[in-house]
Amino acid sequence: MKVLLVDDSKTMRNIQKGILTQLGYGEIEEAVDGLDALSKVGAFEPDLLLVDWNMPNMDGLSFVKKYRSMGKANPIIMVTTEAEKMRVVEAIKAGVNNYVVKPFTPDVLSERIKETLARVAA
Amino acid sequence: MNQNYIIPFMKSVQNVFETMLQLPVQIKEPTLKHDNEPSFDVSGIIGMSGDVDGTVVLSFPTTTAERIVSIFTGMEMTYEHDDFADAVGELVNMVSGGAKAQFTDKTVSISCPSVVIGSNHQIFGQKDLTCILIPCESDCGEFCVEVGIRNLVTAEVPA
Repeated sequence: MKVLLVDDSKTMRNIQKGILTQLGYGEIEEAVDGLDALSKVGAFEPDLLLVDWNMPNMDGLSFVKKYRSMGKANPIIMVTTEAEKMRVVEAIKAGVNNYVVKPFTPDVLSERIKETLARVAA
Repeated sequence: MNQNYIIPFMKSVQNVFETMLQLPVQIKEPTLKHDNEPSFDVSGIIGMSGDVDGTVVLSFPTTTAERIVSIFTGMEMTYEHDDFADAVGELVNMVSGGAKAQFTDKTVSISCPSVVIGSNHQIFGQKDLTCILIPCESDCGEFCVEVGIRNLVTAEVPA
């Protein structure tokens, strides 16, 4: 399972990486914003993407739209401080499969990852 | 400033620190921040724009910031570490995001965070905005949230 973490905060990427490692996902690539992520998805071909919303250069929502327009259907979980209902709806419409609001506990992120992958596999 | 803009920050700072650090935070009585009053040594700053605009600052004495960042990142970290400012920025990002989510019926965007490190630094927000200082206490030491924001639309935030 290859996972791409897209977040401008190294601290947040490290926290997510720790949770993914505990879940047994060792093949993890990191991107610091949407543009960086776009430059990496071709070669890395992630099976799952965790994407922040507010980032410099290209935000998470723009990245998701661009990624989906490339015909990529791999599951995306938005991990963000944007908690308003209209933001969640906007993200889902753009092609996000699941949503985690920061702050989160390791259990919440783990459950959301498992739930997302189970839904995709069904 | 309407207290309904302050309470979301009180709730959010407690939620962020409790959830991400398992660190309970006690909120003391908010006060008016006076002009030229310095912040603590380490400050994370976020701008708000849209229906509500202004600035939010999460400010710590150095020792408190180092203790909090060490818990947050899971590694001992002094203010000189390359990733120290990133961690402080992420904390103010979560506090601001959590508060703005409670501004129901408002469309508000937050900026990417900036971090200032240095004794006795001063942060100047918009001149016509009152800044409210929310003192916080934790087992890692005291710190504060400074909120200088205003509502740009007529409807008030429900309590």
